[in-house]
Amino acid sequence: MERLNVNPTRMMLTTLKKRLATSVRGHKLLKDKRDELMKEFLDLARANKEVRDEVEKQLASVYSSFSVASAVMSAEVLEEALMFPKQGVQLEVGNQNVMSVNVPVFDFKTTADDPTDIYPYGYANTSGELDMAISDLSRAFPLMLQLAAKEKEAQMLAAELERTRRRVNALEYVKIPQLEMTIKYIRMKLDENERGNQTRLMKVKDMILEQSIKERREADERAFQESVNPGEMAKIKRETAVEEETFQLPPA
Amino acid sequence: MYKIGVIGDRESILGFKAVGLDVFPIDDPEEAKKTLKRIAKEDFAIIYITEQIYQYMMDLVDEYVDSRLPAIIPIPGKDGTLGIGMTSVKKSVERAVGADILFGGDN
Repeated sequence: MERLNVNPTRMMLTTLKKRLATSVRGHKLLKDKRDELMKEFLDLARANKEVRDEVEKQLASVYSSFSVASAVMSAEVLEEALMFPKQGVQLEVGNQNVMSVNVPVFDFKTTADDPTDIYPYGYANTSGELDMAISDLSRAFPLMLQLAAKEKEAQMLAAELERTRRRVNALEYVKIPQLEMTIKYIRMKLDENERGNQTRLMKVKDMILEQSIKERREADERAFQESVNPGEMAKIKRETAVEEETFQLPPA
Repeated sequence: MYKIGVIGDRESILGFKAVGLDVFPIDDPEEAKKTLKRIAKEDFAIIYITEQIYQYMMDLVDEYVDSRLPAIIPIPGKDGTLGIGMTSVKKSVERAVGADILFGGDN
């Protein structure tokens, strides 16, 4: 896993630590969301399958009645019989929030006054199968609406689930390891700098110490020489002056 | 107030007219695509399409999958089911879970 390309500074470390904390929390929340969505979705998909089976079965019987009807009646008469429907359907679309996914809820109203009298034709010149087909169809219709609602909901949840899954994976396998890696890198870099600094300070301290010891020794030496031989004083003074000029710090 | 549309061949969808849906009798898949595009912009909340036509316009239908409305639902036509509706249920399971863990095998 590649670490982020950032400067190894203390400030960046703080920022990244905050980001890591947010990522970990986000990961946990999204994971919970994913699990809950998955539960909802699987239930929904099972229900969806059942409703679809049922709708397909009912529609099959509707079609078979219809084909019998169209066999005994001429196409024109059939068309004419169904030309002006008595019943209308008004559909209201509501909203339902499932795990922060807005899914449509369908609610329908039929406009026919009498639900038993939905046949838009006289019975004289149509066949009985047509009546059967239409009454079957109007019975299957609420189920078809349910199917539409379920299927749309399943599709939308599937999309949301896919998104959430991707996010969880991206956080888990890319973002969080990357942040951890970078934080580790910055920590190591900072520690390394710290150690380097420490060593340098110790070295400098040693050098200063050495120098002051040397100076002290020389001062003692001078004091001793002076007490032994006062005439030599001026000469020694000159020598030390030259020495101080040529004295150079050894390279660190 | 929303409407419900049905797209399919004439014989399959004639009956839906009687229960108050708007029917669009169509035999040609190209025509069906145009119709779908047109009525998807109008206030249709649900559009049922017979599988016989649906199979030729899946790519167009996929564009509407992520929008809230309309819901485009395949239904069997008069010649029986082609299993496309079930496939689309499976497809959404696959999309969500990554693999078909519900209906594997039994179709």
